[in-house]
Amino acid sequence: MKRTRIGLWAASTLLAATALTGIAQAQELTVFCDDIGFGCLTMDPVVKRYESENPGVKVKLETVPYQSLVESLPVQLESGEGPDAAIITDLGGLSRYYLDLTPYVNAANFEKEYSQTLQWLRGSNPTSKAINGMPTTLTVNGAYVNLTLFEQAGVAVPKEGATWAEWAEATRKVAKATNTEYAMEMDRSGHRFASLAISYGAELVDDQGKPVIDKGLKDAVEQFVAWHKDGTMPMDLWGAVGGATHRELFSDFLNAKTVLYFGGSWTLSQMDKEVADLFDWQVAPAPCGPSSCTVMPGGGALVGFKHTKQPEAVGKLIDYIARSKNNAEIVSAAVEIPAAKSLIENGVTYPGASQRTQQSLSTFIAQIPKMAPAAYRFQGWRYQRAMMNALTTRISQVLNDELEVDAALDRVKQDVELAIKAAGQ
Amino acid sequence: MTGLQKVLGIGRMPWVFLLPNLLAVLFFSLLPVAINVFYSVTGSDRLYPSERPFIGSVNYETLFDCTNYLDASTCSSDLFWRALGNSLVFVPIQVICMIGVALLAAVCLNREIRGRGSFRAVFFFPVMLSPVVVALTWQWILQRNGALNGILTWLGLSPVNWLVFPNTAFFWSVFVTVWAHMGFYTIILLAGLQSIPRDVYEAAKMDSATNWRVFTRITLPLLKPVLLVVFVLCVIRSVQTFDELYVLTGGGPGSATMLIVQYIYEVGFAVQPRNFGLAAAASLLLGVVLLIFTGLQLRLSRNSQHG
Repeated sequence: MKRTRIGLWAASTLLAATALTGIAQAQELTVFCDDIGFGCLTMDPVVKRYESENPGVKVKLETVPYQSLVESLPVQLESGEGPDAAIITDLGGLSRYYLDLTPYVNAANFEKEYSQTLQWLRGSNPTSKAINGMPTTLTVNGAYVNLTLFEQAGVAVPKEGATWAEWAEATRKVAKATNTEYAMEMDRSGHRFASLAISYGAELVDDQGKPVIDKGLKDAVEQFVAWHKDGTMPMDLWGAVGGATHRELFSDFLNAKTVLYFGGSWTLSQMDKEVADLFDWQVAPAPCGPSSCTVMPGGGALVGFKHTKQPEAVGKLIDYIARSKNNAEIVSAAVEIPAAKSLIENGVTYPGASQRTQQSLSTFIAQIPKMAPAAYRFQGWRYQRAMMNALTTRISQVLNDELEVDAALDRVKQDVELAIKAAGQ
Repeated sequence: MTGLQKVLGIGRMPWVFLLPNLLAVLFFSLLPVAINVFYSVTGSDRLYPSERPFIGSVNYETLFDCTNYLDASTCSSDLFWRALGNSLVFVPIQVICMIGVALLAAVCLNREIRGRGSFRAVFFFPVMLSPVVVALTWQWILQRNGALNGILTWLGLSPVNWLVFPNTAFFWSVFVTVWAHMGFYTIILLAGLQSIPRDVYEAAKMDSATNWRVFTRITLPLLKPVLLVVFVLCVIRSVQTFDELYVLTGGGPGSATMLIVQYIYEVGFAVQPRNFGLAAAASLLLGVVLLIFTGLQLRLSRNSQHG
């Protein structure tokens, strides 16, 4: 009898504990983010506030490397695993995994604030009206220029409207006069190269979502290769690395080893912290090509995933972060360009950032209206990453004399078509 | 057990003992191979088998679509053939260097030298490092503004952009992988050297045999079984080389150091949309190459036992 009572007591305790654990688990959300810009670090205070206002909800901000967000997260999602939400940058490519947040968020506010970038998240379905996430910040790629080196060389800094060729000419003169290692450098990234290509007239993708290999792209590749062959650009980034590997050497700009570095707005806070007043620098307005003076837009988004067991909780968290006050607080700490319309219009203050950084942000923001339609189309294309990977791989092969430019462009087209075919089967 | 033996009979009892291992092999080896075969004949970038339509030999046709198999640029999947070609050059060079250096180190460490224990530890240290740490460390040493160029400049020599030229990048790829793993093989060879009876060497000494003659006529023949094990392990590891080179060179310059495993990884995981089918087909072909190596090893092993 006693043994039965003990058994019953143990069983009921176990059941109660299981139930309680279940409740606790039901309220725990995992969010993947990296620690740069609008990420885990800058979201943390807002998320803590959300937790205190919503007792019982626990949000686990898991800091993961950017490479994991690009390479591992999609595999997890494909196998039905992964976090409840994440900050991602392949906006269109991951669209089939997104949770539709419409029932859980202030949909009208989302449409009003993010009308342009919400479409990027709908990737494969252009007719969709779903709200698939909250665009966090806009990024703009662009050129950082070392003004001190220009001054030392006695060379005039090219004005707004200067072409890529004029920038190359000016920076070469500066590098030669000041004994600086290189005139120009560009991240090994298809996204960065797309700025140059589109300004040379490349369409990259047409309205039907098919890859376009045109004269503009060919001209841009030829020019890019010529800059590597004549030493304007170092081989370290695009030449020394193969495959789809992303590489940046922003440290070269931080250490004044290059006159111009083509990177992006996300490194502004790094410039602010590491260079400060060690040398004079600025962000240059978008260099022009024969076709336009454009750079590429980009950005991240906080998205929820379909497989989550707590869609409502995920939606409410994202809705909370998207509120103007909270969003502004994070953007301000991240020193990045907001994606929300009201924040762009009203401006965000960056109390921790220097005057130069604030000016640079203004320069980056000023490039947004100048961006070519092709840049927006390419950014929202589902197969953008396939083409960017093909561009990095094939251009590197041209730089190493493995392929001629024409053959490389044929390969780019073939690579993207193979990717589209594989995805469509 | 006795009861079971009565039911099954003594002849079937070994299968009972083998069953756990057989199940493990079935689930962890044969099943993944079967899944791989399935993926290689299906399409789409979806992972779930039910969402992958059967496409037959399309992936294999894509890989083998070449006008001239000796010229990768004539192939539809040129990178696959470049990677395969690189692997076919990399593996023998790396294995020969690895065994040569490890054997040399083992012979040196087998001698009565001062601080022998410390040297053994030093040779083994890189084995304990993560391949990514190894690659990053060597990247810092070899890059344009790296430590090696710092030393060259200090000596008044011109710096060299080591990872920018295909030949030097290939050399450093072999060097770094040998550096990272030789400690492991050194330890195995050292154990083999220490198992050779001392009296054989003493007899050779009494006959005034030279060191070289002792090495070629006594050490090498008696070390042959251990060398064979080292050779097989080394070949398998070499064919699998990926992590160090992916971080160090990303397969570059161009595709000069892209090996077959990196090609499979990029097609299946890095490039989007992910082409799991093509990656599975390429990895099955790699499996076939490994099977050929294994067959050769078995034959060598048999000959060695008979010889």
